[in-house]
Order: sequence, then structure tokens, then C-alpha cells
Amino acid sequence: MMAGADTTRRLTALIRKETRQMLRDRSNLMVGLLLPIVLNLLFGYGLSFDVRNAPVAVVLEDRSQMAREVTSGLDGSPYIDAIHVDAMADAERLVREHEAVAIVRVPSDFSRRAGAGSAAVQVILNGSDTTTANALEGYIAGAIGTAMQHRADRAPGTGRGGATVIQRIWFNEASDSTWYLVPGLLVIVITLIGALLTSLLIAREWERGTLESLFVTPVRPHEILIAKLLPYLVIGAIDIVTCLAAARFLFHVPIRGSLIVIFLAAMLYLAVSLLLGLFISGKVRNQFEASQISLLASFMPATMLSGFVFDLRNLPWPVWIVSQLVPATHFMPLLKTLFLGGNNWTMLARDSLILIAYGAVLGIATTRTLAKRLD
Amino acid sequence: MPAFRLFWRQISALIRKELMALIKDPSARVLLLAPPIMQTMLFGYAATFDIADVPYAVVDLDRSAASGELLARLDGSGLFQREATLASPSQIAPLVDRGDVLLAITIPPDFAAKLEAGQPAPLQVILDGRNSTTAGMAGAYLASIVNGFNRDNAGSGATGGVEIVRRAWFSPNLESRWNILTGMVAGLAMIQVLMVAALSVSREREQGTFDQLLVTPLTPAQILIGKAVPSILVGLMQSTLVMAINTLWFHLPFNGSLVLFYFGMLSFMTSAVGIGLAISAIALNMQQAMLYTFFVVMPLMLLSGLITPVSNMPEFLQIATYANPLRFAMDLVRRVILEGAGLSDVAWDFVPQLGVMVVTLPLAAWLFRHRLS
Amino acid sequence: MTSPSATVIVEGLTRLFDGPDGKPFRALDAVDLTVRAGTLTALVGPDGAGKTTLMRCLTGLLRPDEGSVRVLGHDALREPQAIQDRISYMPQRFGLYEDLTVQENLDLYADLHGVPQDVRRDRIGRMLDLTDMARFTARPAGKLSGGMKQKLGLACTLVRSPDLLLLDEPSVGVDPISRRDLWAILADLIAHDNLSVIVSTAYMDEAERCDDVFVLNGGRVLAQGTPAELTRQAQGLTYTATPPPGTPARFLQARLIDAPERIIDAVPRGGDVWFVRQPEAPEAELGALLGDAAWHPRSEALEDAFMLLLRQDQRTPHPAPVEAEALAPTGNSGQTDDAPEIRVRDLVRRFGDFTAVASTSFDVRRGEIFGLLGPNGAGKTTTFRMLCGLLPATSGTLEVAGHNLRTGRARARSAIGYVAQKFALYENLTVRENLEFFAGAYGLGFLETRRRVRAVMAQFELEPGLLARTLPLGYKQRLAMAAGLIHSPPILFLDEPTSGIDPLARRAFWRSITSLARAGVTVIVTTHFMEEAEYCDRIAIQDAGRMLIVGTPREVRDAAGGGGDIDMNQAFIAIVEQARAAEAQGQAAA
Repeated sequence: MMAGADTTRRLTALIRKETRQMLRDRSNLMVGLLLPIVLNLLFGYGLSFDVRNAPVAVVLEDRSQMAREVTSGLDGSPYIDAIHVDAMADAERLVREHEAVAIVRVPSDFSRRAGAGSAAVQVILNGSDTTTANALEGYIAGAIGTAMQHRADRAPGTGRGGATVIQRIWFNEASDSTWYLVPGLLVIVITLIGALLTSLLIAREWERGTLESLFVTPVRPHEILIAKLLPYLVIGAIDIVTCLAAARFLFHVPIRGSLIVIFLAAMLYLAVSLLLGLFISGKVRNQFEASQISLLASFMPATMLSGFVFDLRNLPWPVWIVSQLVPATHFMPLLKTLFLGGNNWTMLARDSLILIAYGAVLGIATTRTLAKRLD
Repeated sequence: MPAFRLFWRQISALIRKELMALIKDPSARVLLLAPPIMQTMLFGYAATFDIADVPYAVVDLDRSAASGELLARLDGSGLFQREATLASPSQIAPLVDRGDVLLAITIPPDFAAKLEAGQPAPLQVILDGRNSTTAGMAGAYLASIVNGFNRDNAGSGATGGVEIVRRAWFSPNLESRWNILTGMVAGLAMIQVLMVAALSVSREREQGTFDQLLVTPLTPAQILIGKAVPSILVGLMQSTLVMAINTLWFHLPFNGSLVLFYFGMLSFMTSAVGIGLAISAIALNMQQAMLYTFFVVMPLMLLSGLITPVSNMPEFLQIATYANPLRFAMDLVRRVILEGAGLSDVAWDFVPQLGVMVVTLPLAAWLFRHRLS
Repeated sequence: MTSPSATVIVEGLTRLFDGPDGKPFRALDAVDLTVRAGTLTALVGPDGAGKTTLMRCLTGLLRPDEGSVRVLGHDALREPQAIQDRISYMPQRFGLYEDLTVQENLDLYADLHGVPQDVRRDRIGRMLDLTDMARFTARPAGKLSGGMKQKLGLACTLVRSPDLLLLDEPSVGVDPISRRDLWAILADLIAHDNLSVIVSTAYMDEAERCDDVFVLNGGRVLAQGTPAELTRQAQGLTYTATPPPGTPARFLQARLIDAPERIIDAVPRGGDVWFVRQPEAPEAELGALLGDAAWHPRSEALEDAFMLLLRQDQRTPHPAPVEAEALAPTGNSGQTDDAPEIRVRDLVRRFGDFTAVASTSFDVRRGEIFGLLGPNGAGKTTTFRMLCGLLPATSGTLEVAGHNLRTGRARARSAIGYVAQKFALYENLTVRENLEFFAGAYGLGFLETRRRVRAVMAQFELEPGLLARTLPLGYKQRLAMAAGLIHSPPILFLDEPTSGIDPLARRAFWRSITSLARAGVTVIVTTHFMEEAEYCDRIAIQDAGRMLIVGTPREVRDAAGGGGDIDMNQAFIAIVEQARAAEAQGQAAA
């Protein structure tokens, strides 16, 4: 039992030391506590894939009643801000000057060809912003389709009916991109804490020579590791709670799964990202390189390769393999499901096991980087 | 002019030293070259909303010729991949939950009959909204196929079918990865430029060489320039790498002027370095420099239009982006590369960047001198 | 229980490292060493002798390539943790947590070593008293001066009584008073706690206090024995020479040390020169070398024997004397010879309420070697940084090479060369790249740069292609000197340039400094090696921000009282303690 008491005493001393060092540097708290709040606000209010009031130039070369009806849907759309111009040249100029992002052109032969059943509306999109262009294409088609539907409804029985799509979006009925960006933000914030705050911890001690003195004490390598982990777990826990509160009360994202389960799963992922940061720090032993590598190895992939905004389904296999190596990839879908879908126990079990495996491997590997050797 | 020659001699020695410190170690060289290459390749493939082969499930309760034709159109479109053919709508939920399918279509038993009767024939479609952007994309694909189906099956004289002829300028196939690829030209480089600039002074502080530098006759302004130029070069090099991969590997067009592109990048990198040096003057050690850098990088990236368009943001944030040089660098890159814009088209993109430079560089110089005493 | 007779048994220990050229070299080469329990053992030897590597092998931090290391009965390869549980180790660069306070650093190590609360209060209190740091317990370690940090590191190491204490150059950068106190602590620990101590040191007076001394060179044990046994080797070879009146002792010293075929060693000492002759050189031959100086035999010291052993070993590098002409300033600073090169009047520097430097005035003449001495935290570094223009003065006048530092800082800077305390160089650049950078920073042209870089590299025997990081400490110091002299400055500032440097390298260093001074370079130097003050024309002793005395070494020794027999170390301690006593009395009276 003596050994246990020794361990506890050493751990307490080390944890006190790490906590003090963490609290004494304002930059730690800025990134640890303030940055998550800033990100919450930016993600919640700033980031959206939902196009609103996109300026669209409308050119009616056919001034018939029918042509006006076709484009009337554009005027009512919340997504589109129709700008009526007289000539195609004006519309093209607007697009070139980025005053409009698309052109809807009803050609002069529109009503004539409509009689023959081959009417066409031309839509020109500025492809240099593909995200907006892609979304806008759907909105324009929808607006024109709806207008045509109304017209058809007023003159029924003139032919065969059409198939209509009655669409229901599960998990996100309003199709609001904030709903999936905000849970994703939690993943990003946790990854950030791990990548930034811990990646310098061991490298700094190597560079400043403090490890040599620390090594030749009764301290065990895993005690150093645990002491470096704990204070940041606390910071991370505060951030998780902050994010959950913001999601619930500020952005009104539904939290359909159990809060406890979400919190525990997030803590598990937090431990994995902290360990990844520590591992890089211990392996590289150089602050400059550790900071860059951790950013490249954890944060950027968590944003781009985890399924945060971009679907992983159609990745070429080499890229897919890389994406599967990223811990965030195994947490992102779980968290989105827990938020929007509810408790999914099979998914929870599978992803938790993967994360635990990551944590174990990284924990052992990091402890090895702290083996008391200088050679 | 001997004074100028002396000035230049001192600065060039400093620039040479900074560059050597950056590229001397093999691991440091790898860190400057590998990240932009790897990230461009990986994210170029990953960062796309275009989904080929949307996995879907179908419950065909009608089993008519009409429903068969609709499904054949789906399967033959090259856009959809049928994962499951189910007997009952109740089997849909687990498939969607597990993420096996993104979309599920239920064709009601009276589908063909309603079509025949000239009535609207509804299709029940369920989409996985855990990523509503992807779901929206898949929904749009489906709508366009159903549209085609309607047009071809509507009798002559029908008014419902208006063909929408879509043309996209600058990006004929509207490939959504172009958005990220062009954004990374400025965005990826910015991260490392900021970091190199921000850490350059604090690294010398920690290694104790800063005093040695300060006792030389180099003035603070000279030291600033000497630290700025290598960072800018790093940024230009990385932008070039990303640009090269874009055109050679992903076959993006390059429609504009190379000179204008580099002029724009130079202006952007200078303003980014201004931010980095201001951070370096504030930070007492490397840890602070790095953390402050990230505190700044994150908002800069998010408010730049790299992932989501600036025009989707609320008004007050759109105004805030005027302080973000990355936003205008991205705008400039996309316009020059894709639209072939000339100087007069993008002149306004330089103004906010100049504004950032005018504020940050003198601020860095002032902080620098201030911190010395 | 371990064997009471031997605490450390090292047999055939060999340790390889990759050399700068990529080839492995033997940092330790078949070393045998036994340390008896309860004794004080010294490791001495030049840089690169393998002292630190040996220490690290003892702690289990480095694996031996061949041979065995047993410490306290445990094999260092198989059970390093068992050793680490029972020893205390102070590395050369003790890693203090700079953002923690003095007290927090001490508490951390006390906790890690499991020192019980009641013992601890006592112990830490004693350590704080001893290191004179009780006032600073709440100060972050990063804000302490270099010497104070060293003392705090020592205090952290000594928070408990281990079975074995390993100290790697514990007194580097520590002032004589603290050094005396440190050794008092060690003596006390050995007497009361029966612990064994292994200490590596560059101070021969410290080695002299030990029971056993191991002289290492090039990875091998060159000699071992008690200090008395080792000292005896120099018997009959040691002399004192007195230069004729009016000739500085260092001129004679330079002449002697430049004749290595006849002279082993020569150092200025109390206005005289102490020297050791080569055993093969008969006494009769010395007359020609000594000229009109009077000389007579003196009793030998450990340092004499140490120099003898090293000079006789084939592996010792023989640094060539430095040609002053090549390093001399190309032009003088525009001052007339009589005007002081550096003029300091009523210099004051305050940090908040704390007065680091109080109303200080002195002049330094052209070609003079001026020594700035003082205990750790006395304000030397602050004074120094103000002189170099790194820190603005709160009030007072500072003129360097005729430029007022308030108005002409840039011009003053181009007239000075500066060697920082830790030889701050760009570690991942080569020797040549470092020098070329500094040449450029001082605005030297292309051809001038090439010429100067070649000249200083030749003078300091530097290999152009080696990375600064891979240089041994002595060569780092040479590189720092070379960088400081690259623009031929008329004034050279040296902040503890010999800190951590072995006696051999120190001789070479001072040889180049004295040549520079003869060529007209003004040198201001700080040091904690009091015998080095003997090289100076004049020295100043500072304590608590006040200038206690300025004068020639002889004047300082005389002021300290005690006749002509005391050495500089004793004189320094006496002057500082007299001043402190007077201060305390003054305060008591008020």
C-alpha cells in the first residue's frame, strides 16, 4: 500500500504543477476557454450552407403572361433576390461584376415553343462559387417548377399527370445546415483543445531541459502522462458543456439522445485527442515542429476528412483509408446521430470501442516517449 | 547611396539567415513542402458535395410499368446506386440510421393509376438529414430525374414540363471541389505563413539569440523586414504548390494572368505576415505565439468563404469579414483563376488587404520597440 | 542492503555517440570507477572528457554500449527506476519550471521525492537561507538571474537526503560566496547523513576538498587518487615569477604560456605569475624565457597537477595562441587615446520599486580589461545590458565609444562586440553561416565578409562546416567570440564568457583576450572565477546594485585587508561581507 500512497502523492504534486502552469499562461485560457465560445458563435451564426437572398438577374425576353408567371416564383423565394433587367448583356455584366450570381433567361420564343411542349428556360450560373451555384440551381428549378405546377393546376385535365416528389428529411426536418454544423463544432472544438494545448507540453520540457531533472526522481512515466492529461480534461469538459448549452439554448439544435451519453462519448474523444497531441509532442521533442504537425495531423483532417461537412461515401480508396485513420471520423457520425437521431446503441458501442483502442495505443505510445532515456 | 547599400546588406544577411533556419533541417524542409501537397491531394478529393452513386433503397408497392421505368431511369442515371429493394416501408429506418442509404423512395400502390388519371402521383422520399447539404444535393438529383420522367411521359400539349437549360460559366460541370481547391491556394499557405512569422521572434527569444540580434546595429524596422520576407516567400512557395496541383492534377483552368495572381498573393501574404509579426511581438514564448496564432487563424478561416460562402452569413459578420485578408485573397484567386479577371475587376480586393497591412506592420514595429524596454 | 564499501561500481564502461562527421566516437572508453560509500568524489576534466555522459550513465538515463554500471547495488541498465528512487541528480542545466515560483519548484521536488511535511519545512527553510533566496520565494523562477537559477536548481536537488547525490557542475555561474555556502552544505550532508556525493567541477579548489578525484580526458580515466596524491605529481615543477615594476603580470604570463615546449601552465596571481615548467625542460632554460623577472619555486597545487596531466596526454588538443593583430580593430573609434572609451555617470535602473542598479559611475580606458564582479543578483547583468543598449537606463549618462546611448544607440552598437552569457548562436546553422550572418548584420561587404570570416575562423580554429549545435561548449564559446569580433569592434563585452568552460579552454580564452587588449581593444568582462580577475587591469565589485570598489586587483586585495597573502576569492568575499555588515549596521542605527 506504500507504493499506492507514493503514487498518489507524486501525482498530486505533478497535477498541481501542470494546473499552475496551465493557469499562469493567459494564452492557454484564451484558446482553452475563449476560443470555443468564439467558434460557437461563428459556427452558430456565421456558417451556413443555406443560400439566402442570392441576387439573380432575371431577363424576360418574352413578355407574355406565361413567361411572367414562370418567373413569378423567383420573386417570392426567400432564397433568391430577383433583379429584373432588360437585356442579356446587362445581366452578364452583373454576373461578371459579382452583382448577381446567376441569370434566369426566358427566351423570346418561350410561349411559342410552350405550345409545342418544348419550352425552355435558360439558367446561367457563376461557377466560380460552386457551393452557391449548386444550391441555387436547385432553388431556381424548384421555384420555376412550383410556378408551372400552379399553372397546370388551374388548367387541369389537359394530359397525363406527373410524378411529384414528397420529400421528408429525417433528423433535420427543416434542412437547416446549422443543425449539423453545431454538433460537428463540438468535435472541432475538442480536437482543437487536444491539438493546440497539449502538443507543446512535452516538447517544451525537452527543449527547456526540465525532463532530465524530472526523470531522475521516483516519478514514473505514466504519472507524468496522467498529470499532463487531467487539467486539460477539465478544460475540455467545460468546453463540452459550453458547446452543449450553446447548441441547446442559443441555436435550438435538437438533442435527441441522452445528454449523459453525449457527454461521456465526448469525454472519450477528448481523451483521444489530448493523447494524440501529447504523443506528437513527446515524439517530436521540438515545439516548432510539434505545433505544426499536430495542426496538420489532427485539426485539419478533423475538419476536412471526418465527414463534418463533406460526405465520405465517395472518396477514392486511398483518401478513404486516410480518412478512416483520423479519430474524428469515428466520432463525427456518432455525435451527429446522438444529437439528431437519438441513442443508437450499436453505433455507440462500435465507435466507442474504436476510440478506446485509439486511446490505449496512443497512451502506451506516449508513455514510451517518456521512457526515462536520453539516448 | 552607401546608406542604402548598408541597409540592404544588413537586411539581406538577416533574410538569408532566416531562410536557412527554415530549410536547413530536413524535417523542417518536409514540414514546409509536405503539408500543402498532402492536404491539397486529400482535401481535393474529400471536400466535395458532389456525390456519385447516391446509395438508395426503394419500396416499390406499385410494381407497374411506370414505376419500373422511373427506377430504371434512376439506376441508369449514373447518379444513384440501389443498395436495397425492400418489401415494406418499415424496413427503411434501420438502413437510414446506419447510414447505409442516403435516400429511400417509396412508390405507392396507385402510382401508375394516378399518372394515368392525370393526377399528381406522389413519391414518398426520405432523406438522411444528418448532413443536410448532401441531402439537399441528393434531393436535387432526384428532382431532376423525376422532372425528365414527367416531361417524357406527359402527353403533347402539356404545360407542366418546362425544360431548364442550365449552363455554368467558369466551371462547366459545377464541380463543388473547385471551391475548396481554389480556396486552399490562399488558405493553406496562410496557416503556415502566420505560424512562421509568429514563431520567428519568440523562437529567438527562447533560444537566447534575440539579445545577440539586438546588439547588432540592425534597427527594429530592419529586423521586421528581415523576418517578413522569408515568411512571405514561404507563403508564395506554398501557394504555387497548391496552384500547380490544382492545374496539373485536378485540371482546373487557369484563365487569368499569372502576374496578377502573384501580385495578389504577394499582397495577401504581406498582410498575413503583418498579423503574424504583431502576434510575435506580443507573445513572450513559443507557446503563446502558437496559441495566439490559432486564436486568430480559426476565425480568419471560417469567415473567409473557404467552406461556406460569405454571402450566406448574417449582415454584421459580412461586415466583419472586411478585416479578413483571406476573404479577399480567396475572392481574388477564384476570379483570376476561374473567371480570368483583370486588375480592374479585382482592384477592390486589394484595399482591405492594404488596410490590414497599414495597421499591423506599424503595430508590430511599435510593439517590438515597446517590448524591448 | 547494499554493500557498505562501494556505492558505485563502473567496469569497462563504453558509450558511443554519433560524431558531427557522422562517425561514432567514444564519449566513454572502457572507464573503471569505484566510489566508496560516504565519500565525496570529484570528476574533473576538459569539455568533452565524458563527465556528463558518465553521470547520465550512472542515473540510468543513458544506456552503456559496453561494460556494466552498478549504483547502490542496482544495475543501471536493468533497474534504472530503482536507482532513480534513491538518488538525487542535478544536471548541468537544471530544468526549473520558469512559470512556477521558487517555492513551488521546491515543493514540487519535495513531493516527488516524498519528503515528509515536517522534515520539509526545515529543509526548505535551510536551503532558502543558504542560497540567500528566502526573499524571493514568491518570484517566478524565470525571473531569477542566471546564478540564482543555478542555486535554486541546487536547492531543488537537495530537498532530501538521498543515498547518492550526483552533481554535474553545480557551481557554474555561482558567485564565490554562494559557492562557499554550497560546499558547507555538502560537507554537512556527508557528515550527518552519511551520503555519497559525486560532483563534476571545473574548479580545482572544489576538487581539492574531495576524498577522491578522477581526472577524465577523451573518455578515459587519466588519473585517480586523493587530491594530495595527484598534487604530488607536480612536485618540483612549480614556481612564482615577479615581473619588473611597471610591467603588467599578464604580459609575462602571455610570454610564458606561449612557450608550451618549456612551460606547462602560467597564470597571473596577485601581481605575480604562477607557472609550471615541463619536466623535460631544465630549470636553467627558464632564465632566458623569464628575462628580467625574478622567480622562485613555490609549493604545488592540484591545478598544477591537473594541467600537467592534461598537457602530457596525447589526446589533449593544443590550442594555438591567438594572433592579436588579425583580430585588432581596423580603426579606432575616433576617440583620442586619453578619453575614456566608456563613461558611466550616476547610472540608475529601477524595476518598479526595486532598484537593480543604484547610482553607479566609472570609466573604462581604451585597451583596458575591465572586470565587473559581484554576487548573483548584484546587478551586473543589468549594468551590462544597459551598457550594450539592450536596456534603457532609468537615469544617468552612458557613453560608449563617444556615443551617448540615449541618442546614438545604433552607432554605439556598431562599435561593440557582444558575447552573451549562454553563447547564443543559431544552433542549426554552421559555423560559417553564423559568422556570415553576423558579418552581414554589421553591414560588412561581400569581400570584407569573406576576409573577416576566414580570419576569425583561423584564429579560433573553427571548422567552417560544423553545425553550431554539435560543437562542444568550449568551441561554442570560441564561435561566440568569433561572432562578437567579426566586425573588428573597438569594444568587446563579455558576459560570463568562461562559465562552464574547462581550465584549458579558459587559458586559451584569456590568451586571446590579453592579445586583443594589447592591440587596443577595450574589454569589459564579468566572471565568477575570481582568479580570472587577475587578468584584468581594473575590477569593480558590485553588490545589491551598489558599486563597492573600483581599482586594480592589487588595490582590491589591499582594501580587503589581511595582507598580501589572500587570493582574489577571499578578497571578494571579504569586501562583499564587510559592505553587507556596514549596511546592516547602518540600518540598525537608523
